[in-house]
Amino acid sequence: MSGVNKRVLPGFGLSLGFTLVYLSLIVLIPLSAVFIKTTTMSWHEFLDAVASPRVIASYKLTFGASFLAALINAVFGLLLAWGLTRYPFPGRKIVDALIDLPFALPTAVAGIALTAIYAKNGWVGSLLEPLGIKIAFGPPGVLVALTFIGLPFVVRTVQPVLEDLETEYEEAAASLGATRWQAFQRVVFPTLFPALLTGFALAFARAVGEYGSVIFIAGNIPMVSEITPLIIITKLEQFDYKGATAVASVMLVISFLLLLVINGLQAWTARRTGRAI
Amino acid sequence: MVGVAATFDARPDTASKFQANPATRDSSWVRYLIIGVGLTYFALFLLLPLIAVFVEAFRKGAGVYFSALVEPDALSAIRLTLLAAALSVPFNLIFGLAAAWAIAKFQFRGKNFLITLIDLPFSVSPVVAGLIYVLVFGLQGWFGPWLREHDIKIIFAVPGIILATTFVTFPFIARELIPLMQAQGRDEEEAAISLGASGFQTFWRVTIPNIKWALLYGIILCNARAMGEFGAVSVVSGHIRGETNTMPLQVEILYNEYQFAAAFAVASLLALLALVTLVLKTYVEWRAHHHNAIAEE
Repeated sequence: MSGVNKRVLPGFGLSLGFTLVYLSLIVLIPLSAVFIKTTTMSWHEFLDAVASPRVIASYKLTFGASFLAALINAVFGLLLAWGLTRYPFPGRKIVDALIDLPFALPTAVAGIALTAIYAKNGWVGSLLEPLGIKIAFGPPGVLVALTFIGLPFVVRTVQPVLEDLETEYEEAAASLGATRWQAFQRVVFPTLFPALLTGFALAFARAVGEYGSVIFIAGNIPMVSEITPLIIITKLEQFDYKGATAVASVMLVISFLLLLVINGLQAWTARRTGRAI
Repeated sequence: MVGVAATFDARPDTASKFQANPATRDSSWVRYLIIGVGLTYFALFLLLPLIAVFVEAFRKGAGVYFSALVEPDALSAIRLTLLAAALSVPFNLIFGLAAAWAIAKFQFRGKNFLITLIDLPFSVSPVVAGLIYVLVFGLQGWFGPWLREHDIKIIFAVPGIILATTFVTFPFIARELIPLMQAQGRDEEEAAISLGASGFQTFWRVTIPNIKWALLYGIILCNARAMGEFGAVSVVSGHIRGETNTMPLQVEILYNEYQFAAAFAVASLLALLALVTLVLKTYVEWRAHHHNAIAEE
């Protein structure tokens, strides 16, 4: 039986063969170059490249700002998703469509636009300047750019779960005497949590590798506002291919780990809510 | 999937359901607070940057704006961006169809691992995506000496830009097609084959009509990213004016030369592209929803 039903449709060999060849040529073989190049370095050379004070400072900034940006997006993204699914308000459809702007807007454009707004003579920057708050050309600028590019993730992972949520659970909570806040805390939030965490992880993973939107607004001061992807570029421009590759290998290992975590979170969300995201 | 949280799905209007029910209706001050805070955040991070692009582009007047767009280097950047998208999107379209056909219509070991590998480019930093091609094709790279002997340039030339663009847009179409085709199964294709249709006829007349909206959706997102990619292309481009600058790179160069109005003029074209992308995307979601609703009746 299995022999019969396996090969009724044609094209298995061709489509799988093409998939594997194309995947290897475009993705796997070039990516392996990073690790092969790294193995030609001595342990000392490698450590020098990936653990110098300037590079360590860039990790702290990249991961710290990415974490904070993902956290900001988790809080405000949840509010926005809640508003978009639960409350009718004028312009709701337009707001909903524009949520995906960071996916569609090239990062370089986002970078110069955010710089224009948050620089001290910009629309928002000029309001914050008298308060002594400086955003562009320093670490807060990095945070703003990473918040921008991570914005859609939490909204888009939480939104479908909120839409699918039946009203019965909250009705039951209300009939048992729960306040709205208790119903949210004890009934709605636990259902949302896996999706929220997935959105957080996606925003974090995206922010860690981000380059284009950050470099315009960061000021790129070594030890202060220099992100790790920029370190790779700087090393390449100095023809330090080994150093650039070593730092890239650290970034790649972290990306792979994040990918595994995200896959796990997505499986958890799917089990909890009965839908894939 | 890292990189695209937007799944191919039409958004139902659920606000009325929740507002009609006293158990799920929030008090009006909670409503105003959440909408107020949400919209402020939306305005600060999304709306203002979008408006700023156009305001800055026209700051020195329409004359400066249009002359920045017809400048030879800008025109060459536009051409290169169109070329990169015109090649990388079809490459990834063919790949997406092949991968989705193999994964959705057949059983084989390691399928989930293959799906994870297809997602890989989304989790790789764009800078690293550019670097890997430098390591393979650059002067110091694996094929560097051979390419030099044969006078072929890939890095700091157009082929490198196309490769880097193909890498960063690699999963877009496959990711849209795989879950949809897995959900659709293979009954319809098997029926067509058993009625005597050829493999190609089955694919063209049965599979394609079933996936056309998801396919279009994937192409739209893939194209937007292909035209807008900055980090990966920046590494392999070499920034040769009039030759290896795409539109995003042209924006960077103009901006770093303090030609802000010109930089924002080129940027405004890319912002328009983003807006067109969002409009098309919303339209396709709406059509797909409509299509599904009819299919369910």
